[in-house]
Amino acid sequence: MNASDQKRLLREMIFYRRFEERSFEAYMERKIGGFLHLYSGQEAVATGVLEAARCGHDYVITGYRDHVHAIKAGAPAREVMAELYGKVTGSSRGRGGSMHIFDPTVNFMGGYALVGQPFPLAAGLALACKHKGTDQIAICFLGDGANNQGTFHETMNMASLWKLPVLFVCENNLYAIGTRIDRSTAVTDQYKRMCAYNIPSSQHDGQDIDAVMAAAGDAIAHVRGGKGPYFIEFMTYRQRGHSMSDSNAYRSKEEERQWLERDPIRIYGERLKKAGVMTDKDIAAMEKSVLEEIENDVVRFAEESPEPRVEDLNKYCLDDQPDPRWIGPLAQGEQHG
Amino acid sequence: MAEIAYWEAIRRAHDEELAHDRMVVAMGEDIGVAGGTYKATSGLYQKYGADRIIDTPISENSYTGIGIGASMAGLRPIIEIMSINFALLALDTLINAAAKIRYMSGGRVSCPIVMRTPGGTAHQLAAQHSARLARMFMSTPGLRVVTPRGPLDAYGMLKSAVRCNDPVIIIEHESMYNMRGEVPDEETFRPLEGAEIVRAGTDVTLIGYNYSVHLCLAAAEKLAAMGVSAEVLDLRALRPIDRDTIRRSVEKTHKVVIAEEDEATVGVGSEIISVIVEECFFALDAQPVRVHAADVPVPYNRQLEKAAIPNADDVLAAALKVLGRV
Ligand SMILES: Cc1ncc(C[n+]2csc(CCOP(=O)(O)OP(=O)(O)O)c2C)c(N)n1
Ligand SMILES: [Mg+2]
Repeated sequence: MNASDQKRLLREMIFYRRFEERSFEAYMERKIGGFLHLYSGQEAVATGVLEAARCGHDYVITGYRDHVHAIKAGAPAREVMAELYGKVTGSSRGRGGSMHIFDPTVNFMGGYALVGQPFPLAAGLALACKHKGTDQIAICFLGDGANNQGTFHETMNMASLWKLPVLFVCENNLYAIGTRIDRSTAVTDQYKRMCAYNIPSSQHDGQDIDAVMAAAGDAIAHVRGGKGPYFIEFMTYRQRGHSMSDSNAYRSKEEERQWLERDPIRIYGERLKKAGVMTDKDIAAMEKSVLEEIENDVVRFAEESPEPRVEDLNKYCLDDQPDPRWIGPLAQGEQHG
Repeated sequence: MAEIAYWEAIRRAHDEELAHDRMVVAMGEDIGVAGGTYKATSGLYQKYGADRIIDTPISENSYTGIGIGASMAGLRPIIEIMSINFALLALDTLINAAAKIRYMSGGRVSCPIVMRTPGGTAHQLAAQHSARLARMFMSTPGLRVVTPRGPLDAYGMLKSAVRCNDPVIIIEHESMYNMRGEVPDEETFRPLEGAEIVRAGTDVTLIGYNYSVHLCLAAAEKLAAMGVSAEVLDLRALRPIDRDTIRRSVEKTHKVVIAEEDEATVGVGSEIISVIVEECFFALDAQPVRVHAADVPVPYNRQLEKAAIPNADDVLAAALKVLGRV
């Protein structure tokens, strides 16, 4: 990877971190409502995997912790922020909010609140790719906790059986809300569970974006090559609570400290410095430019955008302009009996 | 008599029932070490241990099924599902198994489980966290469905539900967990059947359940200021429905409003109006009016959400409509 790409990747991760921390602030100012799940600490996973994929071409789907996945997949950051603000210019026109970012123009097929729900949806996206004979794949990002849903097992079986072009990315951050993985899951190494489905799998460091990109590159080559699904597990850690209402009381300060040392942005920044690609001064300038972009473009757009109109409450419930041929009502002469 | 919060009332009922019967266990996501999303089991893991306060994986259908199976062999599980939206994943086991096992076995096997879950809109939680869905459970024979409106029923109905030999669905509400009310210091049981007149009146009956009772009470207050005497009826149980109390109230006031936070179609209000038509059609002086949510998935945007969900003023407007005052 050349130096300019490396710099871009570092900037992207700094941008995602700032996006999340800025939405935290907006939430505190009550500009964002509902549930807000932040991705801080896990940036290298979505950034690295999607860097190895073909964004805008491949399908991407995930859970409620979805802002960064959406932006890296190609959704404009300002539209994602506007969605958090509930504005009509938001990715979901203000209807979905933080947990339900959608941008079909870049094949980002949504964030979902129901844990485990995206597994079969991802396999379905892959089924469609296979059916249409394109070289697209589907990429499904979910947490460790999701793997205890029935949908996980049922989907893995069918994805394997039908050799679907789907990459399952498990972001193992060790917790499902307040429950630590060893208290909920019999086999804590998630990739090992794949032997039951004959799906190739592997486990990697999720804090080191180079490691993520390398592993994801291989996995994606497998999937795109028509060899069926792949399951890739990244060990990572969320730096903030599960959502805004969570104080992390169930985690030890020592554990948090250890993982903070493995902050993905710091790891990558240090590496680029050592390689002579960046200096401390460059990084400071980069942080400043990110800060400005988020304030002057992303947040301003969200703040200045209008709310949806209350008269449009029913809009999007069903097709607004259905073809009467399929919808009816029955014409006089068509009524039999 | 002490004033306690709704969540404390649930916690106390758990505590007393766990102490009373070793066969009582609690199950759910994050209820143990983490103390429960709504604190309804806080401190109980420390007191009763991991064998009785069981933290489950995110496997709603199967852990509910495990609770049901355990109940067939003598346990009395209190199952918490974090949100009624997630309870949809457990519908197979609740509706195809728990509700039917007694009947299918000719009365030889029972499933004394309690499933507690909050159903309702809170604050911009969007479409996948805002289902109400009481109507879905109330249409299922073999279940009991109750909707405690405050701490007293939250406490006393949970205790009765644990003792009762039927599967009981308790529908709570996110916006009620911090609501406070008086609960007697001594052990108290509240019946799982029977509607309650929570405010007596003569001019119009406002019928609610769960959170919508509070909308009716607020509307009744405003009506009183306008010289209208509104009676507020809390259904308390959606299955079975207390037809007598409804009939008596309608025969007194001759006018009815039904307030539900859910959508109207095939809903609680439709059922109540059917009951009224069957029981006392000729007592009606005006067409009943339903107050209900807009027929859309619940939007995230605050303004849209407010427009979609009924409030006390909507109940007031409906009352004025049946009274012919608009
Ligand atoms: C079906 C369902 N059950 C429960 C929940 C509540 N819930 C939301 S997130 C979560 C934990 C998920 O953990 P994990 O899959 O590891 O993802 P993470 O939040 O760690 O990214 C739970 C239990 C839900 N949203 N949906
Ligand atoms: Mg997790």
